[in-house]
Amino acid sequence: MSGALQTDSKLVQDYRYGFVTDIAEDAVPKGLNEDIVRLISAKKGEPAWMTEWRLKAFRHWQTLKEPHWARAEYPPIDYQDIRYYSAPRQSAKPGEVDPELAKTFEKLGVPLHERGALAGIAVDAVFDSVSVATTQCERLKKLGIIFCSMSEALREHGDLVRRYLGSVVPPTDNFYAALNSAVFTDGSFCFIPRGVRCPVELSTYFRINAIRTGQFERTLIVAEPESYVSYIEGCTAPARDENQLHAAIVELVALDGAQIKYSTVQNWFAGDAGGKGGIYNFVTKRGHCRGARSHISWTQVEVGAAITWKYPSVILEGADSVGEFYSVAFTNNKMQADTGTKMIHLGPRTRSTIVSKGISGGQSANTYRGLVKVLPQAAGARNHTCCDSMLLGPHCSANTFPVIESRNATAVTEHEATTSRISEEQLFYLRSRGLDEETATALIVHGFCKEVLKELPLEFAVEAVKLLELKLEHSVG
Amino acid sequence: MSGEVEFELRDLRVRNGAKDILKGVDLVLRRGETHALMGPNGSGKSTLANVIMGHPDYAVTGGDLLFRSQSLLGLAPEERAKRGVFLAFQYPVAVPGVSVARFLKAAVEAVRGKTTGAGSFLKGVREQMKSLEMSEAFLDRGLNDGFSGGEKKRLEILQMLLLKPALGVLDETDSGLDIDALRIVAEGVNRLRGPDLTLLVITHYERLLTLIKPDHLHVLMEGRIVFSGGPEAVKNLEQHGYDWIRGQVGAEAVA
Ligand SMILES: Nc1ncnc2c1ncn2[C@@H]1O[C@H](COP(=O)(O)OP(=O)(O)OP(=O)(O)O)[C@@H](O)[C@H]1O
Ligand SMILES: [Mg+2]
Repeated sequence: MSGALQTDSKLVQDYRYGFVTDIAEDAVPKGLNEDIVRLISAKKGEPAWMTEWRLKAFRHWQTLKEPHWARAEYPPIDYQDIRYYSAPRQSAKPGEVDPELAKTFEKLGVPLHERGALAGIAVDAVFDSVSVATTQCERLKKLGIIFCSMSEALREHGDLVRRYLGSVVPPTDNFYAALNSAVFTDGSFCFIPRGVRCPVELSTYFRINAIRTGQFERTLIVAEPESYVSYIEGCTAPARDENQLHAAIVELVALDGAQIKYSTVQNWFAGDAGGKGGIYNFVTKRGHCRGARSHISWTQVEVGAAITWKYPSVILEGADSVGEFYSVAFTNNKMQADTGTKMIHLGPRTRSTIVSKGISGGQSANTYRGLVKVLPQAAGARNHTCCDSMLLGPHCSANTFPVIESRNATAVTEHEATTSRISEEQLFYLRSRGLDEETATALIVHGFCKEVLKELPLEFAVEAVKLLELKLEHSVG
Repeated sequence: MSGEVEFELRDLRVRNGAKDILKGVDLVLRRGETHALMGPNGSGKSTLANVIMGHPDYAVTGGDLLFRSQSLLGLAPEERAKRGVFLAFQYPVAVPGVSVARFLKAAVEAVRGKTTGAGSFLKGVREQMKSLEMSEAFLDRGLNDGFSGGEKKRLEILQMLLLKPALGVLDETDSGLDIDALRIVAEGVNRLRGPDLTLLVITHYERLLTLIKPDHLHVLMEGRIVFSGGPEAVKNLEQHGYDWIRGQVGAEAVA
């Protein structure tokens, strides 16, 4: 069905991921009701408890009102005009990837065959509502690591999923969390057993292809005591002049001494220069440092989506646990980003670090919103927050809303913030050395973001830098 | 000397904001010559240097700048750099997070218009750094970020040695350098000197000019060249200050 539709070439311009894959899709009718929820659950062959779980979430969602406190403006979303499930009809044998899909992911730089160039990375590839391939599973299995699609996890590791699903972001958490809990389609499940250091980067690549379809993925990562995992998330969508909704949930659980490093490069289609089309990226991401000395870090490079609304957070419950948030958010044209983090200090001597770098160009709006909350029992808690904004032009805006609530007198919180226009003197200096204005700007912005970019896994950082440079090319002058 | 004219200012007038800073400057530099430019604080020396490089804040309200008989007006700073114009800044600006190595490579590639292999590039850079007695540790640091005054000046000269310009403008490269550093930096500049390098050396002190010997000396006062002559005049300046010039040219010329 998507094959009939061509992407608007004007929209695609410099968004080279804006193509559409011509593949038949197996979709449910548009709209949302209990039957649709049951149908999605049935299509995925889920256990009965899961169907019930979804229905409960759906009923709760019906009682909620769409939130509008974020600094974002958009026309009302018609939830009955969205298709909640769309899966490519694969023509391959079981265990093989449909050649059309393999080609799509190859084009996106994510080879799915085991001989792929990404030797150090295991990939779960999600196309619209389903996972189409997961690489390196067998190798990981030998170490006791489970890395598979959420659908498979529900079928094969039901008890494990049941124990943790919704334990960090309950279905009642917020409007989009309830919606996601009712209709989530696929995503990844990672389980790292006690004492195991995952030898490769685990990664999920999300691709929205079908028209008028929402993507509601769900990722759950559980790190048992003294284990370590680094996980990477990437995403793109075709360039279309309609808005598409992406409402994901990511839950991380770190037990005693475990470490989870979660990195995202978000490059959803952001709409055209006039603000037409693009993805609404409304995401709930939360980590729970459940065990003592556990460590969760979020690193995000947000360069896409028409509207982004997300606050990867950490609940620091275990004593001496550590939460980190490193973010680069780039907005251009009419993009709107409202992003930041929450660090909730529950346990004694818990520590958190927040580094946020916002870069705005065009007529975009870029907001940092952060909450550092120290509860009475969190003696000796520490937080350091640094949020810097850079404005590339005269028509964009940057806002910061940092909130600190400390209810323990022994806690130490520090906050630094700067807002600056890109410096004419820096630009002149670099240009006097032969660099054109675009290259000079890219270099300055890159330097500005360095602290965050260095947190990304190496190969991924290279990609992120290229992406940033590409985005900057059309935001200068 | 009677070589070809490499660089020429013709009645150059420059304004910054509401202020006229250069009020008609004429200067002729022949290929391979070194000219010294002196003048009191605020007389417009850095303005002249910035205008040569194409700083967007300065408006040229009259006259022209000719490099190899072609006007530089209307050319972006990067275009001028590619044609061989180089400015060693009086106050080099910091660009945090951009490593010196990365910056140098980008600059060299931009000016030469072709990519260079990382290995051979670094080899060349290390050699030049050694000659300027700079530690290699600077390569990984943020550009001018937290550099001392003298370190910044050495880095400017390192850039000049790597970019091998045809026209070099040194704006108070000597200020901030200790005695040994001054000698090392001057030696670096002298290594580059030859029939193809034309230099304009802006300074307040004789000391630099004993190390980098100029062919001509000019004095800029209140936006005008009030003295042009042989390098020996610098002695008089050192001894008597700018009053000596004022006496020479008559009060009305600099009023
Ligand atoms: N934007 C501006 N608006 C007004 N005056 C300016 C502006 N920029 C520079 N000036 C003035 O122009 C004059 C020339 O400055 P310039 O930096 O060229 O002097 P200089 O000869 O290099 O001095 P120094 O020896 O101290 O380095 C100074 O009086 C300075 O204050
Ligand atoms: Mg000066």
